[in-house]
This record gives sequence, C-alpha cells and structure tokens, in this order.
Amino acid sequence: MANDRLKVFTKGFLKENPTFVLLLGMCPTLATTTSAINGLSMGLATLFVLMLSNVVISAIAPLVPDKVHIPVYIVVIATFVTILQFVMQAFTPEMYKTLGLFIPLIVVNCIVLGRAEAFASKNGILDSLLDGLGIGLGFTASLTVIGIVREILGSGSIFGWKFLSGDGMLIFVMAPGAFLALGYLMVLFNKIAKKN
Amino acid sequence: MEFFLIIISAIFVNNIMLSQFLGTCPFLGVSGKISTATGMAGAVCFVITLATLVTYLINKYLLVAFSLEFLQTIAFILVIAALVQMVEIVLKKISPSLYQALGIFLPLITTNCAVLGVALNVCTKEFTFGSAAAHALNLGESMVYALATAIGYGMALILFAGLREHLELNSVPKAFKGVPIALVTCGILAMAFMGFSGMV
Amino acid sequence: MALCLSLVCLVCSGLLGGVYALTAEPIARTNAEILKASIAQVLPEGGEISDAMPLEVGGQPSEYYVSRDGENVLAYAVKSTVVGFGGPLVLMVGITPDGQIFNTSVLSHNETPGLGAKCVSDVHFMDQFKGFDTKSRNLSVKKDGGDVDAITASTITSRAYSLAISNAVNALGNIIGE
Repeated sequence: MANDRLKVFTKGFLKENPTFVLLLGMCPTLATTTSAINGLSMGLATLFVLMLSNVVISAIAPLVPDKVHIPVYIVVIATFVTILQFVMQAFTPEMYKTLGLFIPLIVVNCIVLGRAEAFASKNGILDSLLDGLGIGLGFTASLTVIGIVREILGSGSIFGWKFLSGDGMLIFVMAPGAFLALGYLMVLFNKIAKKN
Repeated sequence: MEFFLIIISAIFVNNIMLSQFLGTCPFLGVSGKISTATGMAGAVCFVITLATLVTYLINKYLLVAFSLEFLQTIAFILVIAALVQMVEIVLKKISPSLYQALGIFLPLITTNCAVLGVALNVCTKEFTFGSAAAHALNLGESMVYALATAIGYGMALILFAGLREHLELNSVPKAFKGVPIALVTCGILAMAFMGFSGMV
Repeated sequence: MALCLSLVCLVCSGLLGGVYALTAEPIARTNAEILKASIAQVLPEGGEISDAMPLEVGGQPSEYYVSRDGENVLAYAVKSTVVGFGGPLVLMVGITPDGQIFNTSVLSHNETPGLGAKCVSDVHFMDQFKGFDTKSRNLSVKKDGGDVDAITASTITSRAYSLAISNAVNALGNIIGE
C-alpha cells in the first residue's frame, strides 16, 4: 500500500513526466522558461493550483452529475487560479509581472484539467493530493531544467548568477530558442528513458 | 491605417503561436496533416472571434460596470466553454457539412489557451500600433485584433502542417522521431517569423 | 444538474469575493510601495515628496511629483509613457530644477527579453542618464546624431527610452516656465 502511494507520487518525474512524456502544458513550458527562476516560479504556481484542485475535485466528484462535471471542474480550477493571482499580486508583484498572462492561463493548462479528469475524479483525497504533488513537481523540475539550459545558453548565467561576461546566444532567450531547447532536451530525455 | 497595422502586427509580427506560444498543445496535436490543420484553423478562427466579442461585452457592461473584475478569469472560461457548446449545437442543426468538418475540433478548443489568452489580452492590456498612443482597444479594434490573431494562428498551423507532411517522408534519427523534430522545425519557423519583428 | 453547476459557481464566486476583499488591501499597498520606490529612486534623498499632480506628457495625460526640502524644490519626478518595441514603455524620470536628469527608472515595459528588455538591467545604458544635462546635450541616440549610447541591437528601445525622457523634460519645462 505504502509502495503504491510512493508510485503515485514518483510517476510524475519520469514515467508520466507531463512535459517530456505526456506533452501537456506546452504553452507555459515554452513561454516562461526564459530563465531558471522564471521556469521554477511557473512550475510552483502550477503545482499550487494542481494540488488544491485535485484535492477539492476528488472530494466533490461523487456529488457532481456526470453531464456537468467538466464545467464544474473548470470553475473549481479557475477559482484557485484567481486566488493565486491575488496572492501573487500582493506578495510577489515582480514575478506576477514577469509571468503575466500565463498565470490566468493555468486554467486552460491541460495538465490540471487532465489530472482532475483522469485521476482526481476516480481516486481518494490523499492519493489525489500525492498525484498533484508528484505531477506538479515533475512539471516544476522540467520547467526549471529548460529554464537553466536556456539561461546558460542565452544569457550566460544560472539563477541570475553570471559566469560569462557579455551576452550568450540571444536566440535561446527569444521565441525560436524555446522550441529548439525543448526539442533537443526531449531527444535527450528519450535517449535516457529508453536506456532504462 | 490603424486597422491595417493591427492586422499586420497580429498576423506576422506578434504571431500568437510563434512568438507568444499560445495554443501550442493543439498546435502539436493536429498539425500532422494539412486537412486536419485546415479544419482546426477554421474552427479556431470562428471561436476566437466570437469569444472575444462576447467576453468584451461581458467585461465592459457586466464586470467593469459592477466592479467585479476579479471574476474575469472564471467568467471568461465559462463563457468560452458555453460558447463552444452552443456553436456545436447550432452548427449541427444549421450546417451539418460544416459540422462534419469542424465538429471534432470544437470540444478541443475550450482548453486552447489561445482563446482565453486573446480574450484576456483584449480586456486587460494596453496596445500600441504604429505611433498611436498606448490605449485599451475599443470594440471595433478588438474584433479586428481577434480575427487577425486567429488568422495568424491558422496560418502558422497550416504552414507547419505542410512542413510536417514532408518530414514524415524523410528518415529522421530515432530519438528525434515525432514531437522533437517537430519542435526543432517549429523553432526554425519561429526564427523565420522573427524577420517580421520591428515592422510595426 | 443545472442546480449543481449554479451552486458550485455561487460558492466559488463567494469564495473569490472573500479572498478578493482580503487581498485587495495588500495588493493596493504593494502597488503603492512599488510606485513610491520608483519615485524615490529617481529623486535625490532627503526631500519630502508631494502627492501626484496631473500633467500632460507627450500629448497624453500623466502625472508628476515634486520633492521639496522645506521651501526649496529639490527635483521633479515625471511619469512618461511612450511606444517601445513591443508595446508601451513607462518611465519615471527624475529632473532637477536646472534641467539635469537625476535618474530614471522603468515602471513597465514589453521589450524583447535579451535585447530591449536590457533597458532595466544594462548598467551602462541606465547610468548614462544620471546627471545628463538636457541643455547642453542632445537626448537622442548616437545613430540619430544625439549623445545617448544605445543598447546593442536595440536601437528602437533606446530611442523610445530617450524620447520618454525628453517628453518628460519638455512637459516639465512648460509648467515651471524655465
């Protein structure tokens, strides 16, 4: 039983990694990973929403009629996203400004609705919490890795600490670099995952 | 003149997909064939324009009027979901052939962040086009902006589907097969679109 | 079915209303602090900063602040909005009564990361405006025959930045009457 719980928690990192395996939530993945810290913050913001919405949805799922379950889930998710918006505006205004539109857009992040539909609506509260935490952390890890790679190549720094004077390859901070970095990282991930 | 600038800016310079990354999931999902990409492009154009019209009116006459702006995200997503359902029902009745073509894509659009993204952008951001001062868009400008953005999305989608059809025929290293090579291609396409930057 | 959905909507909007009411004050305070910090950054230390006063900058309604040390005016802070490369670029410009720029700070921008966005991080670019004498030097980029070093590969942003400053200087010149 405890082993199962552990599996629910850890599958988000490799086997069901939302970014590299399930290919979900691509928009924030590409848009907000211009630096490691931005990727990390976006990941944590999504983690927050994912965990809370998973818990609430698993609690209310048995009461919701089948026909309206999607709208109800969306409303629940949107509520947590809006709460997150307020909290970020009040306490981390800089980060809120940087991530901008992509905070409200967590509502339509397929990961959140996907987990609600595929896992939380069919499982208990504790399992759903672990699932949200695991998938959320997997997402955060991928975003941070992409952010680190783009920051190193694009600006010659890690988490804002500069080790190269001058600029890096600027293209990696801009839009095309997002696609390129994600594409090549996915190749690397495929290689490693296949070997195991 | 200003409408022209809005159109150029939304289609090429700030292409919603290639420079703002909105709607990437369906972009990677349905861009395998030109025919499906065209269907998706049509459906997205339709829904984005309609959704922007409705959310603009709701925002202006309901949310702002009663200072309920904090309900924006939740209200918009509900409106979009309801709208998509309605379009589906109406289309089924009025034009079964169009429904056949667009039908399967419609439910997917609710979670296409391009739709919510455009609606939120129009209602919360200030825009600058050419030398005009920064301002919030009025209804006419919003509609033009939404339609042009949707056309830009559709164009990127169809262009990319064309590229991917050719990719299918080539031998690609094993680890690159599928999505990775598509992403790299997309990166190169985005680079090409960077050539438009600074035009408006 | 409809009952369930409307019930959920009702509960959620109620919840949001509550959270909104709770966070409205911290948000307002944070925003006020950010504005205050950016004003303080562009003005010399020690003065008492007035409330916002209306002023037309570059043909658009904007506002300015006066910093006084007793009766003496130490400097003015003028908010100036121009069109940058990616959208509106909003600056706070500190100007001394004799027409020198004291300092500048960016309130908001939409410039390209890695290029124009350096207008908030490129120390050489930002520091060249400190003590810039607008009477003897020309507030436009060197490419246009002025005295401002542009950010590499971001001439449009640099131009907009310079324009924002000169708009602020001109607007202020109109009201204090040189």
